[in-house]
Amino acid sequence: MEKIILLGDEAVALGAIHSGLTAAYSYPGTPASEIMEFLISQSNGGKNYVAKWCVNEKVAMEEALGVSFAGRRAMVSFKHVGLNVAADPFINAAITGANGGLVVVSADDPGFHSSQNEQDSRFYADFARILAFEPANHQEAYDLTREAFDLSEKFGLPVMIRLATRLAHSRAPVEVGEARKKNQQPEYGYGPDWTLLPANACRRFQDLLQRQKQLKNYAEECPFNELSPADKGNRLGVVVSGLAFNYFREVYSRLSSRPAYLKISTYPFPEKKLLKLIEEVDEILVIEEGYPFMERFIRGVAGIPGKVIKGKMDETLPTSGELTPETVARALGLPVKTGLKTDGFQLPGRPPQLCPGCPHADTFKALNEALQGYDRGNVFSDIGCYTLGALPPYKAIQTCVCMGASVSMAKGGAEAGVYPSVAVIGDSTFAHSGITPLLDAVYSNSDLTVIILDNGTVAMTGAQPSFGTGEPLDRMLAGLGVSPEHIRVIIPLPKNHQLNTGIIKEELAYHGLSVIIVRRECVQILGDKKRS
Amino acid sequence: MTYNLILAGVGGQGILSIAFVIDQASLAEGHYFLQAEVHGMSQRGGAVQSHLRLSDTKIYSPLIPQGEADLILSVEPLEALRYFSYLKPRGTVISSRSPYLNIPDYPPLEDIYREIKKIPSSLLLEADRLAKEAGSLRAENMVVLGAASVFLPLKEENLKKFIEVLFRAKGEKVVNTNLKAFDLGRQAATGEQ
Ligand SMILES: Cc1ncc(C[n+]2csc(CCOP(=O)(O)OP(=O)(O)O)c2C)c(N)n1
Ligand code: SF4
Repeated sequence: MEKIILLGDEAVALGAIHSGLTAAYSYPGTPASEIMEFLISQSNGGKNYVAKWCVNEKVAMEEALGVSFAGRRAMVSFKHVGLNVAADPFINAAITGANGGLVVVSADDPGFHSSQNEQDSRFYADFARILAFEPANHQEAYDLTREAFDLSEKFGLPVMIRLATRLAHSRAPVEVGEARKKNQQPEYGYGPDWTLLPANACRRFQDLLQRQKQLKNYAEECPFNELSPADKGNRLGVVVSGLAFNYFREVYSRLSSRPAYLKISTYPFPEKKLLKLIEEVDEILVIEEGYPFMERFIRGVAGIPGKVIKGKMDETLPTSGELTPETVARALGLPVKTGLKTDGFQLPGRPPQLCPGCPHADTFKALNEALQGYDRGNVFSDIGCYTLGALPPYKAIQTCVCMGASVSMAKGGAEAGVYPSVAVIGDSTFAHSGITPLLDAVYSNSDLTVIILDNGTVAMTGAQPSFGTGEPLDRMLAGLGVSPEHIRVIIPLPKNHQLNTGIIKEELAYHGLSVIIVRRECVQILGDKKRS
Repeated sequence: MTYNLILAGVGGQGILSIAFVIDQASLAEGHYFLQAEVHGMSQRGGAVQSHLRLSDTKIYSPLIPQGEADLILSVEPLEALRYFSYLKPRGTVISSRSPYLNIPDYPPLEDIYREIKKIPSSLLLEADRLAKEAGSLRAENMVVLGAASVFLPLKEENLKKFIEVLFRAKGEKVVNTNLKAFDLGRQAATGEQ
């Protein structure tokens, strides 16, 4: 079999291609973006299958659901917080069920590498009552994606694949198999199953409950949930899932007497296998990347009589952040090395920052100056490269919560008396979740100033195409009903500083809704264009 | 045999290109390998690193344990220091001498060099000068790779083969510049040993 070097993300993408993928949808987000990047790169311009960036994750999820309705195989991928945005169709897709194979990939970011939180997608799969795979390595990422498509069709339900940053963004060789053909003719789903009127929905939900038994049986039989016996006399049992298995396995061979372990790659949790492990041991150690999902399940309310349970909840392992070879070794009672120290040397951090020449820098300079003289104003911001404007030397923004929240929070703030109330939002974030709150603000003619940073791309995540840029953005704003004399366009360049500051001042002084479009291309994509 | 190496630098300095070459050469020579890298936020001028592990038996952890790195290979001197806690007692440090100045509190360069030189097996390269000599300042990453090639358990010809693969699409001139940068780095490492 052929071996190729793949990122964890790419292993999932190739698994999908080899499963007879008809269409894949996504919205960029670290650490999931490379799934779609890879799918696009292999799609032969869309001739092999559809691979598209979408305006946001909810839309991506629904497009994939449409493909599944039509009887063909679809995948949707995003970062963990993207699943919050897609939660409505995600949960309801478990009620309609899947017709063609439907795989949902959610990439968690323990350790906050590039995210606002460390939420654990396994809770969502449990909540929706569907199967979830948590691959431990690149080979499993590929193999389980293929399995996920087959099972989605077998059980008539979407299947989740949960990734974490260290798997998504590490490379290793993967053995790949023969590609399967696509599902040929569209075969539509049965209408009443897909029309979630209360009576239909209730019937479908009963059906979903019935199918839980099948899912559990599968998880019990699944070879990826592997039970391994202890060395004689060892009374420790380790329950370990996904990525965490690697840190455990790394130190396993260093243990003089080896514990039993149950490796989990598939949920719902295989209770029978767990009970078998429990019988053999006095102490249980739960190792998992993310929240204590399995651990809570195993502990229940009262623990297990006569057994000691260790994990994150008793702080045998850290309750936040990524696992490391050290934290896992310590939890198993092994000594760890401390490595070399640079004694007495003050090592400064090097946080990310705006590129030299970035248009956002000019915007923040002008905005800071325009706001001088107002002592109670506030700049609500959003997520993108411009969030780095929170750091020195700019210190220009005061909030960043979730995609689109700048506009809605600024409106709420204005209604609570914040003046001037300013929203700063990137073009892609505006398209993703800024349009609806702006419509809200138009409706109330709220007293706020929305600054849209149109740099022509989704810069933060690696320059994917933006849906809210250029002339179409201008038309969109007019179409939403923003008053034309309060739609201003400025070009953020040092030579325009005075002019831009003046325009921002005028709109801050206006007691109503204004939108200032700040337009200059991201220097990174400009550089790429020049080079190619 | 397991060989652990940390690649270090600042976002945009071409660390992933070094990783690509080593990954491909490792596969070609039949090693197991795992390479964890950084994408996203910190690529914007922040500190970036990649953990790269080669072995002739199966390896599991994508992260190198503390005190287990055989080599720290850095395109920037301050960034080399950031990962010292990973270095084995007899590990090697190879770094470019040229600083990437984008923070207000960058320490005096001499202090950084002094810390690096405390490691018996360390090498500070004039990577910027050698890269320029090879034809492009952007080839600093290949200079440090060339120097590292003296230590890596990989064949020189395989590394060079994949430098060619990496830059092929950009034309012959870019390929030659990068190969030359590799050679100059390698010479610097063998000359000074
Ligand atoms: C729900 C959700 N999806 C995706 C992301 C990842 N993400 C962070 S910023 C960003 C978009 C940035 O684009 P834009 O608003 O145009 O700003 P720029 O980075 O170009 O300045 C994305 C997709 C996220 N944080 N949350
Ligand atoms: S990538 Fe583009 S938008 Fe982001 S900091 Fe650099 S120039 Fe600015």
